[in-house]
Amino acid sequence: MAKKMKNTPHEQYINAQRKEKRIVLSWQLIIFVSFFVLWEVSSRMHIIDPLLFSSPSKVVALLQTKFMDGSMISHVQITMFETILGFLIGTIGGICIASLLWASDRFSRIADPYLVILNAMPKVALGPIIIVALGPGMVSIVSMGAIVSIIITTLVVYAGFKDVDPNYEKVLISFGATRWQRFKEAVFPATLPTMVSTLKVNVGLAWVGVIVGEFLVSKKGLGYLIIYGFQVFDFTLVMSSLLLIAIAAAIMYKIVEKIEGWLMKHTS
Amino acid sequence: MSFLSVNHVTHYYFSKSKATQALKDVSFSVEEGEFVSILGPSGCGKSTLLSLLANIIHPTEGKISLNDQPISTLDDSIGYMLQQDYLFPWKTIMDNVLLGPKIKKTTESSTNEKAERMLEEVGLHKISTSYPDALSGGMRQRVALVRTLITDPEILLLDEPFSALDYVTKLTLEDAVADLLATYKKTTVLVTHDIGEAISMSDRIIIMDTNPGSIKRMYDVPLELRNERPFNVRRHPKYQRIFDKVWNELNTKSIIPTSSKIVGDQHG
Repeated sequence: MAKKMKNTPHEQYINAQRKEKRIVLSWQLIIFVSFFVLWEVSSRMHIIDPLLFSSPSKVVALLQTKFMDGSMISHVQITMFETILGFLIGTIGGICIASLLWASDRFSRIADPYLVILNAMPKVALGPIIIVALGPGMVSIVSMGAIVSIIITTLVVYAGFKDVDPNYEKVLISFGATRWQRFKEAVFPATLPTMVSTLKVNVGLAWVGVIVGEFLVSKKGLGYLIIYGFQVFDFTLVMSSLLLIAIAAAIMYKIVEKIEGWLMKHTS
Repeated sequence: MSFLSVNHVTHYYFSKSKATQALKDVSFSVEEGEFVSILGPSGCGKSTLLSLLANIIHPTEGKISLNDQPISTLDDSIGYMLQQDYLFPWKTIMDNVLLGPKIKKTTESSTNEKAERMLEEVGLHKISTSYPDALSGGMRQRVALVRTLITDPEILLLDEPFSALDYVTKLTLEDAVADLLATYKKTTVLVTHDIGEAISMSDRIIIMDTNPGSIKRMYDVPLELRNERPFNVRRHPKYQRIFDKVWNELNTKSIIPTSSKIVGDQHG
C-alpha cells in the first residue's frame, strides 16, 4: 500500500525532475574533472608545452604559496574593488544621463549622434587617452571599468523610459502633475526592471574595462599579474590569475543575480 | 450659463506629411449633475474630445470652459478615467488611490480614512495593502474610479471605462458606478461606442459623426429611464425602442446594419 502511494502522478513528476537534475549535475562534474585531468596529463606528457600552458598542479602550488605569504590576496582585492567601483559608476552614471535625456527632449535630440558614435566605438581604445588625462593610477582603471558600461546603460535605460506606457503619465497629468512628479511616480519606477537587467551585463563589462586598464598601467591587480607573468614568461602565474578572475567574476555575477532577484520582487 | 461649455472646438493632429482634422466645430454644454454620453464609432474623435476636456491636450481652435473659466487655467477640477484602469503595479491599492492627493499635495490625516470608506462603498474590503496584480479586472476598475473620485473633481470624464471588461462584470460595474455617482452627485461625461451603455447610464446622448469628428445629433433619454439603475434600464420595455432609434441615428448616412454588428455592439 505504501509503495503504491509513492507513485502518484505528482511524485512521478518530481522523481523525473530529480533524475534530470542529477544527470545534468553529473555531466557538469565530468566535464570539470576531465578538463583538469586532461590538462594535467597532457602537460606532464608534453603533449602541450608545459612552459606555455603550465599545469593544474603547478597553478595550485603557486596559488597556495602566494596566498600563504599574503601577496596574492591584495591583488584580488584591488581588482575586485576597481571592478565594483567601475560597475557602480557606470550603472548609476548611465541612469543619471538617461534621466537628463528624458528631462529634455531637445537635449536628447542634440545628444543622439554623439551617443551613437560613443556606443559604436570600442571603449577600451580610449584607454591610452584616459591614462594620459587621469594619470597612471587607479582613477584611470576605474574610469575604464565605468566607461565601457556607461553609454550602453544610458541608451538602454533611456529607451526604457521612452517605452513606459504614456497612459500612466496621463493619469498623473489629469491630477496636474509636474514633469518631475511624472518621472518620480511613473517613468522611473516603471523602468526599474530594465535598470535591474542592465546590472548583469554591466558587471561583465566592468571586468573587461578594469582588466584592460590594469594591462595598461597598474602595478597591482590580477590584470597586472597576467601582463607581468607574460613578460617574465611565467605562465603558471598567468594561468593562476585567469583562474582567480574566473572565480571572482562568477561570484560577482551570482551576487548581482541575487540582488536582481530581490529587486525584481520588491519593485514590480 | 451652463456648467461645462464647449464652444466651436476644432482640433487637428499634425504630422510631417499632413494635418488630420479630428474634430470640427464641436459645441455643446453640460449642466451640473448631468450625465452625458458621447457615442460614436471609432475614429469619430470622441477620445480626442475627452482628452481636450481633461486638459491633457489643447484645442487648435475654440474654447472650453467650466463655470465660465477656461479649463486651461484650472488643474484640479477634472477627474479623468481611462479605458483601462492604469493602476500603478508597483504601488499598493492604497497608494494608488492616494496618488491624486499626493500629486496635488492635499493629503490630510483624514485622507486615508476617506480612501478606506470609498473603497468600501464600491464593495472592496480589506484590499488596501494588496497590489493591483491580485485583483480582477472589475475590482481594478473600481479602484481606478475611487482614485479618480477621491480628489473630489467637479466633473468626471470616463473614457470607455467598461470596454476592457467581460459582459457580466461590465453590467455589475455600470450599476456600481451609477450608484456612486448618484451619491456624490457628479457631473459626468462618458465616452463609449456601446449604445446600451449610453442609454442605460446617461441623461443625454451626443451622437458623433466621423471624418471629421463632429456632432450629429443630441438625444435626451426619457425621464423615466434616467432614474433607473443601468441594469433595470436594459430590461425596461422602452429600452429596445430607444436602442433602435439611436442605432438608426448612428447609421443614417453609412452602411446598412448587419445583425452580427448589432450583437457586437451590445456586448461592447
